Amino acid sequence: MGEALRREDVAKVAQLARLRLSEEELDTFTSQLAQILEHANDIAALQLGDVPATAHPFNLINVVREDVVGECLDRDEVLSMAPDVQDGRFAVPRIIGEAP
Amino acid sequence: MRRATDVAADVRSGQSSAIAETTQALEAIGARNEELNVFIHLDEDDALAQARAIDEHVARREDPGVLAGVPLALKDNLCRRGELTTAGSRILSGWRPPYSATVVERVLAAGAICMGKTNMDEFAMGSSTETSYYGPTRNPLDPSRVPGGSSGGSSAAVAAQMTPLALGSDTGGSIRQPAALCGLIGVKPTYGLVSRYGLIAFSSSLDQIGPFATNVADAALLLEVIAGYDPRDSTSLAIDAPSYAEHLEEGVAGLRVGLVRELVEGADEEVEAAVARARGVLEGAGASVVEISIPECRLGLSAYYLIAPAEASSNLARFDGVRYGLRVDAEDVSAMNEATRTLGFGAEVKRRIMLGTYALSAGYYDAYYGQALKVRTQMIAAFRSAYEKVDLLLGATAPSVAFRFGEKTSNPLAMYLSDVFTIPTNLSGDAAISVPFGRGEGDLPIGVQLLGPGLSEARLFAAARVLEEAS
Amino acid sequence: MSLREGWEMVIGLEVHTELKTRTKMFCSCENVFGAEPNTKVCPVCLGLPGSLPVLNARAVELAMAIGTALHSRISPSTFHRKNYFYPDMPKDFQISQYDLPINVGGYLDLPDGTQVRIERAHLEEDTGKSTHLGSTGRIHGAERSLVDYNRSGVPLVEIVSGPDMRTSAQARLYASELRGILIATGASDGRMEEGSMRIDANVSVHRPDEPFGTRCEIKNLNSLRSLTRAIDFEAERQLALIEEGGVVRQETRHWDENLGATSTMRSKEEAEDYRYFREPDLVDLAPDAAWQERVRDALGPMPAQRRSALLGHVVEATTAQRDFVDVVVDLGFDDYVMAAVEAGADAGLALARAANELAANAESVANLSRDAFVSALQMEQAGEISPTQAKQVLSELLAHGGDPREIAAAHGFEQLSSDSLGDAVAAVIEASPEEWSRYKDGDDKLAQYFIGQVMKLTKGQANGKAVVAELQDRR
Repeated sequence: MGEALRREDVAKVAQLARLRLSEEELDTFTSQLAQILEHANDIAALQLGDVPATAHPFNLINVVREDVVGECLDRDEVLSMAPDVQDGRFAVPRIIGEAP
Repeated sequence: MRRATDVAADVRSGQSSAIAETTQALEAIGARNEELNVFIHLDEDDALAQARAIDEHVARREDPGVLAGVPLALKDNLCRRGELTTAGSRILSGWRPPYSATVVERVLAAGAICMGKTNMDEFAMGSSTETSYYGPTRNPLDPSRVPGGSSGGSSAAVAAQMTPLALGSDTGGSIRQPAALCGLIGVKPTYGLVSRYGLIAFSSSLDQIGPFATNVADAALLLEVIAGYDPRDSTSLAIDAPSYAEHLEEGVAGLRVGLVRELVEGADEEVEAAVARARGVLEGAGASVVEISIPECRLGLSAYYLIAPAEASSNLARFDGVRYGLRVDAEDVSAMNEATRTLGFGAEVKRRIMLGTYALSAGYYDAYYGQALKVRTQMIAAFRSAYEKVDLLLGATAPSVAFRFGEKTSNPLAMYLSDVFTIPTNLSGDAAISVPFGRGEGDLPIGVQLLGPGLSEARLFAAARVLEEAS
Repeated sequence: MSLREGWEMVIGLEVHTELKTRTKMFCSCENVFGAEPNTKVCPVCLGLPGSLPVLNARAVELAMAIGTALHSRISPSTFHRKNYFYPDMPKDFQISQYDLPINVGGYLDLPDGTQVRIERAHLEEDTGKSTHLGSTGRIHGAERSLVDYNRSGVPLVEIVSGPDMRTSAQARLYASELRGILIATGASDGRMEEGSMRIDANVSVHRPDEPFGTRCEIKNLNSLRSLTRAIDFEAERQLALIEEGGVVRQETRHWDENLGATSTMRSKEEAEDYRYFREPDLVDLAPDAAWQERVRDALGPMPAQRRSALLGHVVEATTAQRDFVDVVVDLGFDDYVMAAVEAGADAGLALARAANELAANAESVANLSRDAFVSALQMEQAGEISPTQAKQVLSELLAHGGDPREIAAAHGFEQLSSDSLGDAVAAVIEASPEEWSRYKDGDDKLAQYFIGQVMKLTKGQANGKAVVAELQDRR
């Protein structure tokens, strides 16, 4: 059973999802999400120990493609979408921290 | 409004032309688009160019395709190369994809004229088309009310007689519910029947693309065009495009139909009455109808509102300001991601991203997301066992007729309840169709829902024809 | 290096290898190193909205080949999404295998006799590459970064070992043996300098009779030298910390090659929460017995087997010859040596030529046919050409192929007729009467002197053994 959602939970989740919330939004979202999760507690409370999880409606297996080279996109078209470009690459402001 | 099948037949035979049909559609759009906000991206020149190409095919006696010259509206989450595609979101404002969705390629190859992109709830998250960054769409039948959602623009396009056909996507009812609220046929095909390649994902394991039409035959024709195996979608079922047209008049004689208690309970009385009348019609046509109960349906809403946001939280991570769409500049890349997403997403999208992030996060996964997947297993088993006893199921599509603007926007849970009858089919992966059947408050249409097991679309169309004839 | 008396390192390695497929893991973009930035990209590997992944069958086969070579159980597996934001990851999640990897368990026998357990070897996709602009060219202090997605979506297999190595040398041996296996399976080219094989090392220290210490993970070591140095540095750092009364904190560390030191990676304050869940756009992977068998059947012998096969042909294996065998197997030149041995050539000579002359021009070995190599060796062994000439013939064969006899002829390397050899020997004897009389009296060491003189006279065309035979005749 899920416990009541706290304001700091929502703040942490917003940070994980890269969203910035004002104090007011934090309050609103906390109460709205708490209400939805309370509704979801009907399933959180079920005893479903042995039931397998289904991630897919149908059990397809081994869907693969042959290792054959196809067409790539034109670089100009790719970069024309980008907010900022330099030297044929996507430019971003400085990165703090290495990839995990 | 003329049927798509008639338009195509006339264009193919030379009795009409694609240019004439397209021009007429452009006029209809011009007449009401400002009032209704149906198309959010419209490209007249491109539509006319497509039409001229079709007419040249006809002139050269080449096969112009089964949808030759039929104007068609695309929900704004379907990628079309070089055309604005924004999923109703600010974060994708100005984005022109460098590729087309498989369904778009298929309708174009069949000769349809893609008129433009229709409004939708932002990233298909909503049941009223009120969450679009581009403003709400109005119901053509009563502009003070919503057209339903999330494919509200596509349903409104057909209901306003702008185009005979439209494509939408259905994750929890986003085709069937607006079809019901706008008095149209709307189909949620079997998961895997229609390729999702090029559909901007909301919830990958639930999303399916499907048709809107004014009549069953048109819906069947459009589904026939878009259905069938696509090697670019790993979840695509390895089957050829089926033929529905030849089965349309097969009726329901001898079929066993289950009227599902949980798919009418809580609906307005007039909706329940419409379902009861539909039952009578099916019985009159030779089906045997029994009342059945699928209690798992009651858990559908909760399971759905954990699974769909969980998948969405991951699917929507890519909107980070790096490669395409909106960027809000900031000191460093994390701050840029955050500023971009904070400005680019609307409240409903943020709500669901946070809900999904929470449901997947350490310590809560088992209680929420993991548990929802188990409920999904039970839902599938429950429907499978129901379909051992009956051939089709019957229920309501939406609890009420079209509601008014703002009626449910302040209470997310109330809005979510609009999808309570449609969600179970997305979770089970099966097929369902909404058929307009009778009218309710304000003379607004009511939709009844026919549900069938996976790949039962032909049977569903035949049953829908019976209701269509009687309504 | 090993730690001071009473302490021991515990090392486990996570090796990432890019797979040598023609196309990427989930799309048909070409998998190629060094292309112009962002020219090998499509909607899928750019993570464009609406795009969907479709698994490359060849990547699955190469992963199974790796698993088979490492004695793993090939198992039904699934793909998950690992969710975190990073600009070189276009979907802001990485598709990876999580709780159900394709290869489970296994082991790798090191040449020193140690058996290292393999925990798993799973499939995942690579990320793009960021270039950092600014004074240092490194991530810290950079003003902005530029991203190239050509490597995004290249298939990777991550091979996770048990914590079974006890010295940096052993870790190096493991990495090098694994590299040989990856090359032998055809899964990888093993080019660490191009980043196609990268290593993360988990290092801790303890007293052998006590439980393992807290480990630190050193990320992205891209040469065997860095691997050894980083492990040694890190173990010493931890030991020094402990001896000062400090506590090792579990963390991820970065190896700086120039400073020769590891440092803690500056990461965001909050602990990462990757929110793994099943990738809904992909289906389960469960290779059937037939598919597994096809992969197993296509697999050639692994380096350890190949080394013993080669050594089996050497009469008495010297250290030098063992080294030659290592080089030959490492570079995959076994078939040259075997072809020569089968044609009756001396295994030692074949190994030496392969480990020296071929290895020196390994890049152009494709120019050299097995037959040409065998002929050149036979000519050398028969004394038709001298060793110096044989080396030159091989070098030209490597440069532009051809027929060894024609090359020898073109250079005038043709067999020094016994008459002209006799003349040359006679001339040298006449010019060195004193040496000749000492040689005749039994001073065999002087043979070298005469060989040298004859070589000088014949401009290297004489065969040493033939010279000795001629001297013997005249003694």
